[in-house]
Amino acid sequence: MSEQAPPLAVIQEKDIRIVEFMNSKILDEANIAEIGATLNALIDEVEQPRLLLDFATVDHLSSAALGMLINANNRIKQRNGQLRLANIKSQIFEVFRITKLDRLFRIYGTRDEALASFAM
Amino acid sequence: MSHPSRQSKSDRRPVPPVITQTRYGTSMKFNIPSEFANGREVQAQILDELGKFKYNSDSVFAIKLSLEEAVVNAIKHGNKLDASKRVYVEALVGPDQVELTIEDEGPGFSRNEVPDPTSPENIEKCSGRGILLIEAYMTSVDWSQDGRRMHMVKRND
Repeated sequence: MSEQAPPLAVIQEKDIRIVEFMNSKILDEANIAEIGATLNALIDEVEQPRLLLDFATVDHLSSAALGMLINANNRIKQRNGQLRLANIKSQIFEVFRITKLDRLFRIYGTRDEALASFAM
Repeated sequence: MSHPSRQSKSDRRPVPPVITQTRYGTSMKFNIPSEFANGREVQAQILDELGKFKYNSDSVFAIKLSLEEAVVNAIKHGNKLDASKRVYVEALVGPDQVELTIEDEGPGFSRNEVPDPTSPENIEKCSGRGILLIEAYMTSVDWSQDGRRMHMVKRND
């Protein structure tokens, strides 16, 4: 199997890491496991990690992807960090709403709004 | 009965579907080993067929998500990733509705015993949301064969 491109792109903005998804679908179990492992590594890199996940490219996700996001959220909380989600398309937001995860996660319309929401 | 040949990098080829045309649309029957790659191939073929009909974007999204959740459930929770066990998928894809039947060879389950994933004690758990999503997105869902067989319908409206 040829080497695949990393599943995430990370942009550093001061002490906040902005994470972009490289694939429009977060469905495949292997793909989700890889994203989860990459997020875990980012979370473990620093004390009080601050992560902003930008969903602008994401068109599809499954319940397994939600599980991976919850795992990341729990891990960030354990380290007294902060997680923000932004740019979620309406069809994807509906998945968060049905599962009531729109109440668990802090979700913002735009990347700028999410960036501004991090506590100093 | 013909089936277009598919190029695949993988050595593993799913059992090709039995395809028949009915008055309600295209019937596709698959019988695959419990492996995610096979499940994915089945989904791709059903979604290709769906693309021949006029379904709006929300309906396609709903069918895609529900099919993914149901096939993963059958492989993972039904057959417990045992590749010697089979998953049977039947799709009836027509202009008015899509009907999907997914059956596994596991022990079965009772819908009423699946905990509510939206309750405060479960909201931070990493699994258990598939059925909730399927029920929210499909027009109807029912189970038979002690929970081993799931049948769901999405109306094109």
